[in-house]
Amino acid sequence: MTMNILPPNSSAIKTRFAVKFIQAMKRLSKRRGMGDRYKRYRATRAAACVSMASAVGPEWAWSRAVLRKIKRRRLLRQFRVSRKRRLIERTTNPRQNLGFGQEEDLRGLVPGGKGMDYCSLLSETAHYITCLQAQVQVMADILHRSSP
Amino acid sequence: MSSRRSRSRQSGASRISDEQIVDLVSRLQQLIPEIRSRRSDKVSASKVLQETCNYIRSLHREVDDLSDRLSELLESTDSDSAQAAIIRSLLM
Repeated sequence: MTMNILPPNSSAIKTRFAVKFIQAMKRLSKRRGMGDRYKRYRATRAAACVSMASAVGPEWAWSRAVLRKIKRRRLLRQFRVSRKRRLIERTTNPRQNLGFGQEEDLRGLVPGGKGMDYCSLLSETAHYITCLQAQVQVMADILHRSSP
Repeated sequence: MSSRRSRSRQSGASRISDEQIVDLVSRLQQLIPEIRSRRSDKVSASKVLQETCNYIRSLHREVDDLSDRLSELLESTDSDSAQAAIIRSLLM
């Protein structure tokens, strides 16, 4: 795993993320229905991504997009909306891009990327990458400390 | 007079945003291990975007892998030991 240069206040975000993620894992460990390995993996990954978005807060469009998606997913699951309808909702969202391959790919990879102007996309991407790097470092750290 | 002013304002605004974009792209380049050591005038914006996408995908894969391995902490039937391990890591 590569260690990368992070912005100066990266330790603050890593701490906030670590606390939220560990709290989420504690909640998950108490939850029933975690016998399925795939479910555990999905729940862990969701906990990690939501914890990072929550640690970042609403200041960035990408973190807002992650938190909105989770809220929507929980609501949909509550009301048991069918998978078919969810697929239709996704494909009818309007896209904004200049038609260049890489830009479109990037918009697909950054949460909320499809609705951003090009300048915002570039700066949101930079921040998103630094947060992903921090997330990976903290998760690897927790993993190494928790194995005997 | 007003048309001249509006024309210069328009070209001024587009000049600034071109510079902005060049600056943002070079900032992105600094974050990508693959291309950060190359001179920014030698790497095209399209290459930076392409490598950015590849890098984000690899970070996503790392998150997936770490999530998979961390999810084993939830597996333990003895929930106390899993919690203890997690709490220990927080305190250290």
